[in-house]
Amino acid sequence: MSFLNAILVGLKEIWAHKFRSVLTMLGIVLGVSSLVAMSAMVQGMENGMKEALVAIGGLQKMRVEAQSVPVEQRHMKDFATGVTLRDVQALLASAPEVEIVSPEMRLESSPTLAANGKTHRTFMTAGCWPVQLEMVEHRVEHGRMFNELDNEQARDVCVIGTGIRDELFGKPEETGEEIIPIGRQMSVNGYPLTIIGMFERYEGEQERRQRELEQEENAARRAAGPAGAASGPKRSRGWGGGSGRRGNWAFWIKNNTVYMPLNTMWLKFKSGQTNLPPEPRLSNMEIRIRDVDKIDLALNQIRNVLMVNHRGIEDFSFRTQEDWADQIQTAVKNARLSGGFIAAISLFVGGIGIMNIMLASISERIREIGIRKAVGAGGLDIFVQILVESMVIAVVGGAFGLVASKAVIWLISEVTPTDNAPIMTIGAMGFAFGFSVLVGVVAGLFPALKAARMNVIQSLRYD
Amino acid sequence: MALLELRNISKIYHLGGEEIRALDDISLDIEAGEFVSIIGPSGSGKSTLMHILGCLDSPSLGSIKLDGTEIGKASQRELAQIRNRKIGFVFQFFNLLPKLNVVQNVELPMIYSGVGGRERRARSVKSLELVELGHRLRNRPNQLSGGQQQRVAIARALVNDPRIILADEPTGNLDTHTGEVILALFRRLSEEGRTVILVTHNPEIAAVTPRKIEIRNGKVATKVDEKLAGLDRQPTPVSTPVS
Repeated sequence: MSFLNAILVGLKEIWAHKFRSVLTMLGIVLGVSSLVAMSAMVQGMENGMKEALVAIGGLQKMRVEAQSVPVEQRHMKDFATGVTLRDVQALLASAPEVEIVSPEMRLESSPTLAANGKTHRTFMTAGCWPVQLEMVEHRVEHGRMFNELDNEQARDVCVIGTGIRDELFGKPEETGEEIIPIGRQMSVNGYPLTIIGMFERYEGEQERRQRELEQEENAARRAAGPAGAASGPKRSRGWGGGSGRRGNWAFWIKNNTVYMPLNTMWLKFKSGQTNLPPEPRLSNMEIRIRDVDKIDLALNQIRNVLMVNHRGIEDFSFRTQEDWADQIQTAVKNARLSGGFIAAISLFVGGIGIMNIMLASISERIREIGIRKAVGAGGLDIFVQILVESMVIAVVGGAFGLVASKAVIWLISEVTPTDNAPIMTIGAMGFAFGFSVLVGVVAGLFPALKAARMNVIQSLRYD
Repeated sequence: MALLELRNISKIYHLGGEEIRALDDISLDIEAGEFVSIIGPSGSGKSTLMHILGCLDSPSLGSIKLDGTEIGKASQRELAQIRNRKIGFVFQFFNLLPKLNVVQNVELPMIYSGVGGRERRARSVKSLELVELGHRLRNRPNQLSGGQQQRVAIARALVNDPRIILADEPTGNLDTHTGEVILALFRRLSEEGRTVILVTHNPEIAAVTPRKIEIRNGKVATKVDEKLAGLDRQPTPVSTPVS
């Protein structure tokens, strides 16, 4: 019997028992669709995490932070210089693997921002050089970034993120129009600065979808008129709700940034503090290296330059993004493994269903098998026929499963529109389909073997 | 050379340590073109003999040659091929596949002998016309009468142009009149030169065939007991077993 013929016979057999076959296929359909949907969700998660990694500057970025002097060097504590602008200059001059160095001087203990009659506390208020823009991949959308001259003259200017604008001047979603507070005054810890620029809104796929949803809801509420609007004071549900502190923290921090020239920070905010050495101490400096592959070489260069500058006192530490990248990999791998395992189990259960139905099918077809054998079918012919039937169920189920997975993914993104969009990959679909076929073959083996081994005379006599 | 040569065939079953000889040292020849009946009461071993003649089973001892080829020691796969090419079966209960229509049922043996689709169809239709069922090609077996079903089964048996047609109680499930029609059909096939073996316990049916082989207790009865077999009503020459 030719293979094509066997497939045809298999299809007929399935058609003859439509309901039973559909039920059996359902197992495979669910297995395949859950496998594909699971992988799509993990893929979406991975993409979201990678987005965040890019948003904070990628692997090329590392940070030198001030650190207290280690115990064995405590006796030299008084000679410790701390991370200063001299380090920045030295690195730029002597470490060829370093591409950009961006010093940062932060205000400790969340400063109070005030403008437009409102106040807001943020912790990311820093003085820096204009090069910081490139360093952390900020893009100024409105106004301008402060320049070298602003820094040189320590002008009272600042650039803010949209998160700050949202808090002090109102969110575009709530006010209905986007407020661009360029030229307005904002005080930081009581000291007035002029806003000269605002960054664009940074958001992941997830936040964008959430914001769009919110926008739609607000528009609907406005359309409903005052009757639809909530009365009384605005209620914020929980601490996170009002500040927009949802979704990815990497984007949230970026949006809640206030930058001013380094010299402004030094002269206007830090100089009044006690215990400050003459050399302005930096909170940290961000370094971008030229080549990720030479990260070890770059780290050595930086370490050596800094060690010379710091007279051998290790009062600084490095922080790279490698750990985080590794964590992303691990998290994704874990999610993929556990999700895949669960989905594979459901596919396996589908396979058991096929085997069950094939066993039932051959025992009600004992006579048919006897007749086929009497007219000349060999054991192999019967084996192939049963195996093909089980494969046909699996293949058809697998194909429907792929269609169903599309629906499942659509359902997931409808139910949770703010999560990372699941991404269906051809690889996952191919794997799930191939696995379903494999399950069909394995499930068919035993029934097929049983059918092939039936005794002709006994099966002919069977009623 | 005879078409079928059985020499010292025995079939032995072991039931709980007891040895049962269903066939005991049977030797006989069946020539090409013969119209033979194998008769015997139930339990005589005639079914076992039929299974061995039809290559459904292998003998425990002895040799059986079909067309000059030894098949006593053939494997299951080889037996299946022999059944497919050289033997046409007609059963008491017709044994048609209820899910297939008439033509598909007749096509069945050719599917396993690798005949192409178009030729399969043509030969099936020809075979069905031979049994005068050319007009019921698309019907399901359950839409046909018993006699028609048995004719479909005969068409299926004929379709691969086998050397032997082996009929096991072909009229057992039919009324007398229809049974006669079927028997007439077998006689016609015999007259056309085919080898037909009827297996039956009914002496009236055996009476149709020129040669009768009676099986009793696993052996070929040397002389058919006319009275016991009920053949005295229609005396016909009795065949003698090969010595």
